[in-house]
Amino acid sequence: MTVRLRVNPITCQAHGLCAELLPELISLDEWGYPLLSPEPVPPALMEYARRAVADCPTLALLLTED
Amino acid sequence: MPLAEHLDLHGGFLLRGYGGDRGPTMLIDAVERAGLTGHGGAGFPTARKMRAVAGRRRPVVVVNAAEGEPASRKDALLTRTRPHLVLDGAVLAADAVGAPEVIVALHTGPSSVRAAISERQAAGIDPIAIKMVHVPPDYVASEESALVRFLSGAQALPTFTPPRPYERGVNGRSTLVQNAETLAHLALIARHGDQWFRSVGTPTAPGSLLMTVGGAVQRPGVYELAFGMPLSAAFDAAGGLTEPVQAVLVGGYFGAWLPAETALRVRLTPADLIAAGAALGAGVLLALPASACGLAESQRVTSWLASQSAGQCGPCTLGLPAIAEDLALLSRSGNTTNVRNRLQRRLRLVEGRGACHHPDGTARFVASALQTFAADLARHRRGNPCPPSRYPVLPLPDDPRRP
Repeated sequence: MTVRLRVNPITCQAHGLCAELLPELISLDEWGYPLLSPEPVPPALMEYARRAVADCPTLALLLTED
Repeated sequence: MPLAEHLDLHGGFLLRGYGGDRGPTMLIDAVERAGLTGHGGAGFPTARKMRAVAGRRRPVVVVNAAEGEPASRKDALLTRTRPHLVLDGAVLAADAVGAPEVIVALHTGPSSVRAAISERQAAGIDPIAIKMVHVPPDYVASEESALVRFLSGAQALPTFTPPRPYERGVNGRSTLVQNAETLAHLALIARHGDQWFRSVGTPTAPGSLLMTVGGAVQRPGVYELAFGMPLSAAFDAAGGLTEPVQAVLVGGYFGAWLPAETALRVRLTPADLIAAGAALGAGVLLALPASACGLAESQRVTSWLASQSAGQCGPCTLGLPAIAEDLALLSRSGNTTNVRNRLQRRLRLVEGRGACHHPDGTARFVASALQTFAADLARHRRGNPCPPSRYPVLPLPDDPRRP
């Protein structure tokens, strides 16, 4: 099972918290909106990814499984 | 076309022919064998969409005749002149997937749909309720998820997926959204069979399609062409070119520019067009005369596309106006490599970052303009811009010159 990051672009308000909490997988574009790594979240970063998802002020960051 | 004339031309209404226990599956099987794909732009296999909805609880069939693409007229023409063929397809599809209800979504304007629905009610030929709803004229309002949301009583804005309409559509019910032209083809497959449908076109792109042909042609309008014909056949159907052509916009404003020499040779199949760097989209072809400026034309449309962002997703809301501005800067003399690099970066930046494909389509359109009009860009940069053209070739809404 592979876990990836996904963002709901409608609810995302460019707070940028996710990029602070998970810079390994998330950077911000010139407008402050997150650019997510398309790669699976490595197990070593899973805890930080969950934390970033939980701390998003608009709950726009998601983890998807496929 | 009135109901009696329609029945005279196409033969009796054959819902009964597909009735009974095996009936619905028979039609979906026939549609699958025919190889019918959606004519709204995405080109998704119709039978697969039907199977996803069939058997779910009280599904809804939505006829998408709300043509958002300003350069496309085919669905408007079809619902105005052949409303019964579209409604036949909708009723057949509804019967096949077990939907008790059909909703026809279209823009305000001349339409024969309301009259056609009344005629059918008076004749008592449909076991399925049909209603008609007017959709706002915005570009993204006819996007599938926006349409479903609007028909559920909210604003016509795209939604984050999943859920897809087949999972949770109009008022939470499983929903089959089909383009009006697709349903007209389905109605003909139900009458004449999948072998008949495959008698034109190619083995991998069977059947025919409606194309809106405009720009530098003798008779701009909507023409039916078999898949697999050379693209130039569409211009022949429109009476030929009126002057030398430098490029062709294929697919509409979420499509791509092709240089004339490439475009006129390419065959009209989804695969051939993709290999050439374009896509069929909603079947739009616009011939850009050599006397027009492709950059100015593209810039005008890009600004309009930016204005049509639903304003929901940051990369689209902020990215498209930035892209439009970069393109405007590039079209002026003294444009710099800096601006061009920034534009190229922004085109990649917005792709796939919206809830719907509006930013992707706009980026594709602009990227193709930069490629096709590269020589113009260089000339503009040297302070030698194109002479102003007499009138814009690419139509936009509220433009009296709209074809």
